[in-house]
Amino acid sequence: MEAVFLTFVFVLTIFLGFELISKVPSTLHTPLMSGSNAISGITLIGALASLKSANPEFAIVLGTLAVIFATINVVGGYAVTNRMLEMFKKKDEGGAK
Amino acid sequence: MSSPAIAINFAYVISAALFIFGLKMLSSPATARRGNLISAVGMLLAIVVTLFSQGIDFKWILLGMIIGSVIGLVAALKVEMTSMPEMVALFNGFGGISSLLLAWSEYHQHPQLSIFIGIVASLSAFIGGVTFSGSMIAFGKLSEKIPSKAVIFSGQHIINAVILLTAVLSTAFFAGNAESLYWVFIVIVVISLIFGVTSVIPIGGADMPVVISLLNSYSGLAACAAGFVISNNILIVAGALVGASGIILTKIMCKAMNRSLANVLFSGFGAKPQVAGDGPQGEVKPATAEDVYYILEAADSVAFVPGYGLAVAQAQHVTRELGDLLEKNGTEVMYAIHPVAGRMPGHMNVLLAEANVPYDQLVEMDDINPRMDSIDVCVVIGANDVVNPAALNDENSSIYGMPIIETHRAKTVIVLKRSMNPGFAGIQNALFFGENTRMYFGDAKASIQALVAEFKSGD
Repeated sequence: MEAVFLTFVFVLTIFLGFELISKVPSTLHTPLMSGSNAISGITLIGALASLKSANPEFAIVLGTLAVIFATINVVGGYAVTNRMLEMFKKKDEGGAK
Repeated sequence: MSSPAIAINFAYVISAALFIFGLKMLSSPATARRGNLISAVGMLLAIVVTLFSQGIDFKWILLGMIIGSVIGLVAALKVEMTSMPEMVALFNGFGGISSLLLAWSEYHQHPQLSIFIGIVASLSAFIGGVTFSGSMIAFGKLSEKIPSKAVIFSGQHIINAVILLTAVLSTAFFAGNAESLYWVFIVIVVISLIFGVTSVIPIGGADMPVVISLLNSYSGLAACAAGFVISNNILIVAGALVGASGIILTKIMCKAMNRSLANVLFSGFGAKPQVAGDGPQGEVKPATAEDVYYILEAADSVAFVPGYGLAVAQAQHVTRELGDLLEKNGTEVMYAIHPVAGRMPGHMNVLLAEANVPYDQLVEMDDINPRMDSIDVCVVIGANDVVNPAALNDENSSIYGMPIIETHRAKTVIVLKRSMNPGFAGIQNALFFGENTRMYFGDAKASIQALVAEFKSGD
């Protein structure tokens, strides 16, 4: 039953995602991509929750690597997106100096 | 569910809402930055509450998060804006590999998987692996560490089909009896890594916007599949949002090139050189910096049309400087941007924003084309195929049907180019031989600097 419930959530979110993203103007496609890329680092949550002290050694190695890569994805993704969006200015904000 | 677990899951609902708000605010440049911060807060909340889970190993978590944060931050703060496409590809790949590792680690801990979990675990590993190795190839191509041309090998489609079939069969085999088939899981991991390479290597540089969008979508779907493995809603919601976003971008990019996704992925476009002497011929009219200066000086409206060459020459700052001088001279200045100009969606917009071009001067293709006849001068900087009129009027052209920025309809077109080499699609551009076209040869940055100098000495 849980599988059905999770699939339900999945399908509805896909539709929500289509609705949300189709409104993003092409000017912002690069930040959108790197911002959504940072969100895909959500695997970090799973990696944290599954890294238990009682794990066999090899699972700890895999889990720690997963945490490292996912953290790079999350931290780097948000930081670089913020850096890009900082540069988008309107004219009256002194954009053209 | 124990009560702390319930509290954690409620916090995930809030995180999901913050992600959705964050993405919604990305729909306008004015709110986009706040949107990104809101989404980051959602992520932080999810991370913090997850640390309250029972029995997790803080020692390794702390180590992993410190290493990851340092690498991520340094990379994000150091990267040049022109290198943004490869940076995004790299981060993307890391997201993919972490989904693979998570699925593997879960399987290693609890090898007795139900059929459903067996299927999603192998999906998570497979999509994650393809995302990782595919992104690494994309990274290599974008940073020119490996040749960015399409690499075609014989029997390519057959090899890819065999790989995919093997993956499907292995998954079915594995899910039926996961506990005793550890080696099949390893096979799936290895196949996924190979498939990422064989599927991205045949795709050439200018098709990269499509590939990056697609890989972006995969990384979301991999996270989603990992969410199914550990029955975690937040992974599914966030992963599905990213998956949807990547699919939409992929669709937009394909449409802007008038090609189907299948054509981009399988055709190895641009790998075959066009027969010499093919396409339009004629006399080109070269111009010097002084000629171009007089043309620009007299113009009432000027539209810059940037392409990948602008990024290569790092000419975004001088271009803005020239734009400012023109504005001071009373000329209306705009920047017309084709959706697939550059190596990733929105690449040119980011470069120009870096150079302080206000975003209200950035004009989309569909907005500039209707008023093209009234524009005095189009300055094409390092763009080629996206301004090739063959896309409109030559049915035999390989880019026929692709929407272009119709610069040839402007009163005068100035094309900045290093040489007469054809563009990515390997076809000659009739625009260069046009009656109203002047070719201004040289490195884009040096050429524009020369114009800026002309303007300054003219004052």
